[in-house]
Amino acid sequence: MKKDIILGGVGGQGILTIATTIGLAALSEGLQLKQSEVHGMSQRGGDVQSHLRLSSDPIASDLIPEGKADMIISVEPLEALRYFNMLDRKNGWLITSMNPFNNIRDYPELEVVLSEIRKLPRYITIDANEIAQSQGSVKAANIVVLGAASPFIGLKYSSLEDAIRQLFSKKSEDLVQLNLKALKAGRDFAEKNRRD
Amino acid sequence: MNRLLLLGDEAIAQGAVDAGISGVFAYPGTPSTEITEYIQASKEAAERHIVSQWSSNEKTAMETAIGMSYAGKRALVCMKHVGLNVAADAFINSAITGAHGGLVVVSADDPSMHSSQNEQDSRFYGKFAQIPTLEPSNQQEAYDMTRYAFELSERLGTPVLFRLTTRLSHSRSGVQRRETLSQRELSLPSDLKQFILLPSIARKQYNTLLGKQAAFQEDSEKSGYNELFDGKDKSMGIVACGIAYNYLLENYQGGKIPYPVLKIGQYPVSRKLVKELYNDVDSVLVLEEGYPILEELFRGILDDGKPVKGRMDGTLPRAGELNPNIVGKALGMEIPEGYKIPEVLKSRPPLLCDGCSHWDSFEALNEAMKDYSPGRVLADIGCYTLSALPPLESINSCVDMGASITMAVGAAEAGLVPAVAAIGDSTFTHSGMTGLLDAVNRKVPITVVLLDNSTTGMTGGQDSAGFGKLEDIVKGIGVEEEHIRIIKPLHRLHEENVKIFKEELAYQGVSVIIPRRECVQTLARRMKLKHTQKKTVKESSAQ
Repeated sequence: MKKDIILGGVGGQGILTIATTIGLAALSEGLQLKQSEVHGMSQRGGDVQSHLRLSSDPIASDLIPEGKADMIISVEPLEALRYFNMLDRKNGWLITSMNPFNNIRDYPELEVVLSEIRKLPRYITIDANEIAQSQGSVKAANIVVLGAASPFIGLKYSSLEDAIRQLFSKKSEDLVQLNLKALKAGRDFAEKNRRD
Repeated sequence: MNRLLLLGDEAIAQGAVDAGISGVFAYPGTPSTEITEYIQASKEAAERHIVSQWSSNEKTAMETAIGMSYAGKRALVCMKHVGLNVAADAFINSAITGAHGGLVVVSADDPSMHSSQNEQDSRFYGKFAQIPTLEPSNQQEAYDMTRYAFELSERLGTPVLFRLTTRLSHSRSGVQRRETLSQRELSLPSDLKQFILLPSIARKQYNTLLGKQAAFQEDSEKSGYNELFDGKDKSMGIVACGIAYNYLLENYQGGKIPYPVLKIGQYPVSRKLVKELYNDVDSVLVLEEGYPILEELFRGILDDGKPVKGRMDGTLPRAGELNPNIVGKALGMEIPEGYKIPEVLKSRPPLLCDGCSHWDSFEALNEAMKDYSPGRVLADIGCYTLSALPPLESINSCVDMGASITMAVGAAEAGLVPAVAAIGDSTFTHSGMTGLLDAVNRKVPITVVLLDNSTTGMTGGQDSAGFGKLEDIVKGIGVEEEHIRIIKPLHRLHEENVKIFKEELAYQGVSVIIPRRECVQTLARRMKLKHTQKKTVKESSAQ
């Protein structure tokens, strides 16, 4: 098993939480992993990415080579475009939230951004904010996106659920439940709306 | 022992705790910050009473560590690459004094300048100080090498430089721990003159350092971190340093590398292994993160040996960090293409946070400066450097820690009056105080805006050394009390703040304006913690 995942978003949107959840799930399944993170300057409202590599064999590079990513998971649509060059043309999936994070002056028309995404052969666009809100809080939007990506990661769904319990139980049981519901809602959406 | 999922930085931290350090000394700086933070958060480290409070700057950190080494205990010093410039005086001289207790200096380089002002290569400092330098390729090596570094430091009586780069600092992977060593007992060096660098003793000590070079070389020859792998295709030999080795491996998934490969993790470079490789191949490709240090050595001044490929001939880019694709191209491989990045994509530079006090400070300063020609605000390193970008575009310089005040002094002496310095509270206590003393002694007309958000914000909110002491420090340095103005940077006080800025800009002497409001990030964290603690108290009292 080998899965190379690019996570994209804007500083503060919770991509490291997605990375940690997948990482914990992968560890529980006995996989090797490398996860590079962005710290420092870009965390202040700039674009952030994380390279997450899972494999049953040893992993060499901390960075995923261009054109080799099995998935892009983005919590922001414009940020999804930033990593198109990383995606494997043969079978790569793009899963992105369609809720723009507009903190720049020249943010393009959302429809233009989405139309670029729709040119890809395999993608899911999801209104993560609305779905997260319907499950209790917009704060769980990142986990909704993770749920939408979950059918393609190659990990057991129950491993991801366990990882969420492990990660959020330190904070509160309410958060555990919110995020489990968010994960499920994202997954259900993906099963119904996948484009491939 | 348990297997942990650790950042490269954290692997060094855990490695140091397990190697029996008694203290870690550091000033925050990306990408090195997480080493010290990990030890600060570690229960084991607390139980073992490992000292881990932040230092005022990298020089004080380095010197404190030298003191701990003098007293026979193991000390770790951590900084980002440019921090080593600040600590350089102490660092270079620590090679001459030598170490007693193990002394390891971690310098985290930032090629591609993700969060830095330059991409200098710390391996040069290892050569400059003439001490052994280690460079891990992965998280496990980072852990193992840390213990090895302390052992090497004590065995050869020398500080050891430990170099890593951003990608390893901030990438997580599984690390196997080893048993924890106990800390060293208090003991002084057998020669109590060893640390007195008076010329007569320094000359002797320097000769001792020169005499150790053969032992450093010998250690590299035997080191398990330098390894030569054979390959059938002798048309090329590859030298791969540190993390570059991973990018090389990545290009041969599942297959053996056809060329002989020399993997390097310890410097000075093993002459024996280099000779063995060089004599066996027709050409050499050098893969190193940072400057072409080894490549230059391979080429020599005349570059008339076997063909050498690397950063100097364009095989690899001269600037910026390596990655698997760049290395793949250097190997002549076909690089798979992903999708074209749509042209509609826009760049998204970092920004000051919503509600950040710096917005209000710079909006007021911008308005107060309208009466003067542009180009008068010399600034410093921190979140507020982002005020260089639109929409604020408030500042005109960012050079090195503390340079705002001293550059303003120089500009004012040249006739640029008023000249303004903008500096954060943590940067001020790091390197701004001495410059302010120069300003006071020269009675030069500058206005210092000492932006006090009561934290080291850019690196994630570490304690600021001058917290609660800033006015006293400024007053003690000699700034007149009536020209020390504390303001609250809030939108609703904008007019009032503009007026204060204007008054001090007009003053023909040194004035210091302190806009004071806590960083919104640390405030939010504090409130959250308070909330959880309250809740816990409620719950436990309900039981």
